[in-house]
Amino acid sequence: MNHIISPLDLSVEELDKLLDLANDIERDPEKYAHACEGKRLASLFYEPSTRTRLSFEAAMMNLGGKVLGFSEQGSSSATKGESVADTIRVVSCYAHIAAIRHPKEGAALVASMASQIPVINAGDGGHQHPTQTLTDLLTIRSMKGRLDNLTIGLCGDLRFGRTVHSLIEALVRYDNVNFILISPEELRVPSYIREGVLQKNNVSYREVVRLEEALPDLDLLYMTRVQRERFFNENDYVRMKDFYILDEIKMKLAGPDMLVLHPLPRVNEISVEVDKDPRAAYFKQAQYGVYVRMALILTLLNLA
Amino acid sequence: MLNVGQINEGFVLDHITAGKSMTIYRDLGLDKLDCTVAIIKNARSNKMGKKDILKVECDIDTLDLDILGFIDHNITVNIVKDAQIVEKKKLRLPSKIVNVIHCKNPRCITSIEQGLKQIFLLSDEKNEIYRCKYCEEKYSK
Repeated sequence: MNHIISPLDLSVEELDKLLDLANDIERDPEKYAHACEGKRLASLFYEPSTRTRLSFEAAMMNLGGKVLGFSEQGSSSATKGESVADTIRVVSCYAHIAAIRHPKEGAALVASMASQIPVINAGDGGHQHPTQTLTDLLTIRSMKGRLDNLTIGLCGDLRFGRTVHSLIEALVRYDNVNFILISPEELRVPSYIREGVLQKNNVSYREVVRLEEALPDLDLLYMTRVQRERFFNENDYVRMKDFYILDEIKMKLAGPDMLVLHPLPRVNEISVEVDKDPRAAYFKQAQYGVYVRMALILTLLNLA
Repeated sequence: MLNVGQINEGFVLDHITAGKSMTIYRDLGLDKLDCTVAIIKNARSNKMGKKDILKVECDIDTLDLDILGFIDHNITVNIVKDAQIVEKKKLRLPSKIVNVIHCKNPRCITSIEQGLKQIFLLSDEKNEIYRCKYCEEKYSK
């Protein structure tokens, strides 16, 4: 049984194959329009999500498959106290593949351990979000033409921002990738990323507080939102949320080829005036998210 | 000095930090075994001043002693057969620890999921770092 719980569940070779398939889907979506006929995706979303859930559902529908599930914890049996393991055992009888988002870290791993069908982690708390990473990798590879020899700035909430953790873990496997970690002191990357991933793999990185300091050196700027739901204390959230705002003035400090990515939703960390800048790639990134999820569903169902 | 009789087959765990023997008794699951156990607390020790000792009379394949490596490297494990010490076991850090320590991360799935084993994996042997299998949070004592 194949599951995708962490971006590292795919080897570099498997990842290349998956991204090639996604690019082929982008070129000729019609070729895949009936590939999942008769298959069902269980979309198990224990916390609110618009983009990821709709992206998974659109991906399955684009492949000719069907979708069932729930979109918030309140409409699942979790309110009756059902465990994640029991839920997935039951869902295994109804669907061929499942995408699960849960506020608790490690929930998707627990689901995969009990499941009879492939499980895709669609985000587990502040921990991992592998399909966002696959989206990011596809966007970078498609728009920059490579995944190696890059200097990447990660900006915002690097402590609770799971997309950032997953992206770092995936990119350290490529040659000559350098990171500039841009965050306030309180939102720096957690120890398991700094020690367990960056230092362990001898990856070059530096931590800075000012975005302006990093911008001239970047091939890619990955902005993130400071997420209210990750804070226990409202005051901390309010203090942090406007720390970084990317606007036209700051964009002038960046090189002509620097891409701006964002996992979305954006609140105010990227001014809307930046949207028309040709370096803004975040809406294109959302489109790549559908292609890569289509490729992942096909691969996990052995239909590729 | 208190005298406790020798055992024919089993283990003598020596040089336990004074006061820690009951914790080890529980961590090894000795409370669940039907065997003779002697717990000696605060024995005099030239090396440590005071120490605890555990003597366990049981089949030597019964116990998984790997966990001792996690609890305390300095414990001496003597394996006894036919009333003789036949081996002094070298302790190493176990690659996996199950249901001994608990994840303290309030965001971890182990905080709500019923019946889930608490599993920690050795992620950095040199620095003796264990991480929760589920949320990857570092264990801190």
